[in-house]
Amino acid sequence: MANVTLRNVRKTYVGGFEAIKGIDFDVGDGQFCVLVGPSGCGKSTLLRMVAGLETITGGEIDIGGRVVNQIEPADRDIAMVFQNYALYPHMSVYNNMAYGLRNRRMAEAEIKTRVEEAARILELGAMLDRKPRQLSGGQRQRVAMGRAIVRQPKVFLFDEPLSNLDAKLRIAMRVEIRKLQRRLSTTSIYVTHDQLEAMTLADILVVMNGGQVEQIGNPLDIYQKPATTFVASFIGAPPMNLMPLRSDEIKSQLAGDARANEAGILGIRPEDFVITNETVSGGVALGLTVEAIERVGAETFLYGTRQHEVQGVAATPGELPPGEIIVRIPGAVGPAIGERIRAVAASDKLHLFAADGRKRVGC
Amino acid sequence: MVEHRPLTDFIAYAILTLGVFIVAFPVYLALIASTHDAATVVGGHMPATPGTQTLENYYRAIFVGGARTSREPVANMLINSFVSAIGIAVGKIFISILSAYAVVYFRFPFRKTAFWIIFITLMLPVEVRIYPTYKVVADLRLLDTYAGLILPLIASATGTLLFRQFFMTVPDELLEASRIDGAGPFRFFWDTLLPLSVTTMAALFVIQFIYGWNQYLWPLLITTQDSMQTIVIGIKKMLVATDELAEWQLAMATTVLAMLPPVAVVIFMQRLFVRGLVQTEK
Repeated sequence: MANVTLRNVRKTYVGGFEAIKGIDFDVGDGQFCVLVGPSGCGKSTLLRMVAGLETITGGEIDIGGRVVNQIEPADRDIAMVFQNYALYPHMSVYNNMAYGLRNRRMAEAEIKTRVEEAARILELGAMLDRKPRQLSGGQRQRVAMGRAIVRQPKVFLFDEPLSNLDAKLRIAMRVEIRKLQRRLSTTSIYVTHDQLEAMTLADILVVMNGGQVEQIGNPLDIYQKPATTFVASFIGAPPMNLMPLRSDEIKSQLAGDARANEAGILGIRPEDFVITNETVSGGVALGLTVEAIERVGAETFLYGTRQHEVQGVAATPGELPPGEIIVRIPGAVGPAIGERIRAVAASDKLHLFAADGRKRVGC
Repeated sequence: MVEHRPLTDFIAYAILTLGVFIVAFPVYLALIASTHDAATVVGGHMPATPGTQTLENYYRAIFVGGARTSREPVANMLINSFVSAIGIAVGKIFISILSAYAVVYFRFPFRKTAFWIIFITLMLPVEVRIYPTYKVVADLRLLDTYAGLILPLIASATGTLLFRQFFMTVPDELLEASRIDGAGPFRFFWDTLLPLSVTTMAALFVIQFIYGWNQYLWPLLITTQDSMQTIVIGIKKMLVATDELAEWQLAMATTVLAMLPPVAVVIFMQRLFVRGLVQTEK
């Protein structure tokens, strides 16, 4: 079992493109760390650097107290699960799992014990003689997991392992991966672009953007107190509503709030709105015209535009047109399209950010 | 949609039958000619049915050789052809799979240059570089040897390109998984890449075996002893008979015999092809 520590890790490609711009974090023994971010943010590159599949141009990666920068992937004591599983197509399930052990010259009897144990855990016992092409996507995924388990490595690395599965299977496998990791308590690093996977799996969540870490922490803390507007809009679905604070009616409503002076952007999560005509003290009330409705059953999302629209500014990164606000209300009953509503958020539900979106104001 | 109408069906089958007839008739003629005695074949009226000299003709062709010209028996020529065709096919596969592996999986200086040099040799078949090649082989004292028949023909740009294209379709993750599993470059090649390449190798083997079997110019140049003759050369020599009638019935028997090994290779390897097509393993 081991810690994984990254110290000012950098990656610059030969052409001069800087993919990873100095990353520090520490994954404690047995913890499940999830790297999340949009595509191209460098999260897969970072994982592959930990695996040893990409060279490190700066900084140090430390696995279990040993700097591994110059160590071959096979000697880093890690196991990796790939997005497309990367099973050896011509080998049986048994041999797929045994291959890495045989290369380590482990005794055949020990290999058999380990593979059978892994097969039992993953319910692959009946399939050991099959070839990967005879398996379903979920089964292949489990073989890939098995190949990692039999090695009994210090660290598991997962590179978007669920993105080739259909939605239902993905949820089932997500739960299985989490249970398995708890049971083996092996330190894990998991890369995904799916914020829901990230939220549900992580002990530590690392939100990345443009080769840098935006925020590190417990998933719920990150959800409740996003450090930047990027994190605010990336974590949570639908994304947080972000509004520029200019000299308009919102700013005047915030007159009593001490944070408002430093802030340039206001964020409110869709679920933190209440539709009411009552006045609130310290909170914000928005007059909206409903333009679209999404009924999911247990909840309903209203897409509205603000009245008295002042010069709108897109959220960073802009996922909504300027001035569009999403409101989540419970149940399936709500206003109709075209109706005018008043959405109110209490003062403790307001997130305030500096005008450049890089800093959270207040706590 | 393919429509089935009696008339179009009839036309289609008629064209197909005609095509088969055009291709098959000469083969049939060779087969028939190899079963008659010399007089019947030379007489100008080829019978349409097999004659009675079958065993006699084939026995003489295989074990004795022609009576009037000094010639090796076909059995020996078949062995020569077989050894050189197998040598060429196996050698080409061996060389080209290794060079493709180097070009695709290793980063070394002038990798692109190396690839382009291989590519350019496509423009230099044996016929073009025949004089220098002959000189080299002669200086190495490889005339009238199997090595001389095989070596100059085994460098293959086609094979290298074929394997390169195949290797490029193998997902990078397989290499990465192998690296994590502790397999070095040779283990990855032997344990993963080679088993995946079996169908590609089979395809190349068929093509190159027939290429090697049908070589004419090169064996003609470097073999001077009759004992090193290949069968393709042998057939040609049978038809050159000064002051005498060529033994057409023996030549035809030899032709039929010369056709059999390539047919056998195609039939046998076809099973591998089909298996490769049904199970896309990637």
